[in-house]
Amino acid sequence: MIKVIANKEIEVNDEGYLVDFKQWDREVCECIAGECNVVLTEKHYEVIEYLQEKHKKEEPLSIRGIKKSGVINIKEFYNLFPGGPLKISTKIAGIPKPKSCI
Amino acid sequence: MKNLVILGAGTSGTMMSNHLISKLPKDEWTITIVDQYKTHYYQPGFLFLPFDIYTSKQVKKNGKKFIPKQVNYILEKIDLIRPEENKINLESGTTLDYDILIIATGTKIAPDEIEGMNGPEWYKSIFDFYTYEGAKALRNKLREWEGGKLVVHITEMPIKCPVAPLEFAFLADSYFKNKGIRDKVEITYVTPLGGAFTKPKATEALHYLLEEKNIKEVTDFNIERVDYENHKIIDYADVEVDYDLLVTVPTNMGDALIERSGMGDDLNFVPTHKATLQTKDYENVFAIGDATNLPASKAGSVAHFEAEILTDNILRYIKGEPLKEEFDGHANCFVETGNGKALLIDFNYTHEPVEGTFPIPGVGPLKLLKESRTNHMGKMAFRWIYWNMLIKGIHIPFVSATMNEKGKKFDKVTN
Ligand SMILES: Cc1cc2nc3c(=O)[nH]c(=O)nc-3n(C[C@H](O)[C@H](O)[C@H](O)COP(=O)(O)OP(=O)(O)OC[C@H]3O[C@@H](n4cnc5c(N)ncnc54)[C@H](O)[C@@H]3O)c2cc1C
Repeated sequence: MIKVIANKEIEVNDEGYLVDFKQWDREVCECIAGECNVVLTEKHYEVIEYLQEKHKKEEPLSIRGIKKSGVINIKEFYNLFPGGPLKISTKIAGIPKPKSCI
Repeated sequence: MKNLVILGAGTSGTMMSNHLISKLPKDEWTITIVDQYKTHYYQPGFLFLPFDIYTSKQVKKNGKKFIPKQVNYILEKIDLIRPEENKINLESGTTLDYDILIIATGTKIAPDEIEGMNGPEWYKSIFDFYTYEGAKALRNKLREWEGGKLVVHITEMPIKCPVAPLEFAFLADSYFKNKGIRDKVEITYVTPLGGAFTKPKATEALHYLLEEKNIKEVTDFNIERVDYENHKIIDYADVEVDYDLLVTVPTNMGDALIERSGMGDDLNFVPTHKATLQTKDYENVFAIGDATNLPASKAGSVAHFEAEILTDNILRYIKGEPLKEEFDGHANCFVETGNGKALLIDFNYTHEPVEGTFPIPGVGPLKLLKESRTNHMGKMAFRWIYWNMLIKGIHIPFVSATMNEKGKKFDKVTN
């Protein structure tokens, strides 16, 4: 379905995850973050880039993977994206919800 | 002579040895299978052992009985795979050469991955039921337990037979009812997933079971540590769940052999092509069953479907023909719901069935996604089928390796 995010028509699935990563940009990112009650900092962007990189390489994302990411530890990850960090961070990063969350 | 070596004589390895012995020309190929244990366990029985439904004798047999005589059966620990040289090192120092290798070393629990789990309370107030030792220790505990907070917990995904912990919770409900102490037991089901069932459709259709049995649910719980002194599990978001008896499914990992050989992912699972079962890194190495990283359920039924396809693909590989890209992730599993009932689910990589009949479209006798006594009989019959047909590689009538879409109502998985 189509949702207007940052004044752009963006295609999302029924849980609000972007369908096409090409539609992702910083403005869209800020808006989704806002909806998730997350105020983005540089550290957030570092994590988002890491997630997008993994997604590009088709490597599965998991909490375990975060431990080995070298970017952030799991505790910080929870602090940055409170609630369900993988679910929320992937939504903000414009990539699909990881399978392990389903 | 050429050599085909199978690593692991569990469900998958035993099946492959039985399939291949009749297919590979005996004057050209020697088949060797290696396992560290002489006992073959019927792992689905570990679910019933804690509740005294099965005896310990019913879940283990001598592995030798199931390996064809013409197969060279070695009982030893495998130390290393050297895929660049096509060699295997065994613990004693013996080396085996192979032309084709099948990795079937399965997965095992790794309770050391979580702080406090495999500590002083392991097998005292913290148990697993994914091993023979764990299931038996838990049986002894349950025989004398007088009630309190029972927490059934999954550490992280993927785990083999993903519905087993839920079945455990259902059976626990029946068990305590029969003992007349259900009112003294609080059952809580704790999962890292967003719901109790791994497939969203199944979650929708089956949620009533939890309510009916008064089982509490804690979802999205990513465990950080076990505080065994204060009897709590604590997650990364600082959520705490108290227990008196913790029945956990620890992290499931491939054998350390895979890590030593540099052939696994983060969890020591072997990267494998999901439709052909050839490993991603070596074309003469194939993998099957729980040892792979496939996004399918880790279950005996899946291994059974994979075995038929892998047998074909090995024959094709030998003839130099292109491999068949056939495996669709087909899984079916009975879900024991307690009180002598069960339900059956049937799905694959892309489909989530909701309702229908199995194995004969429109006829059954088994109903998909509906609780019934016939399904329970099916689950119980599975033990007989396992020992007498499945691991011997005998084709099970009406059940095909890829999913039959007839007679079923399903939705495509979208994500
Ligand atoms: C509690 C429980 C309930 C289950 N219920 C069901 C069910 O209802 N239906 C269903 O279909 N499936 C069920 N399963 C899953 C099923 O048992 C497994 O998926 C199946 O056994 C996998 O077969 P496998 O051959 O891949 O691995 P396994 O059968 O585990 O075999 C692996 C073998 O490799 C050997 N091995 C590993 N490393 C080494 C080494 N370094 N050296 C020598 N040998 C080695 C091991 O000793 C073992 O024998 C259940 C599992 C559990 C634990």
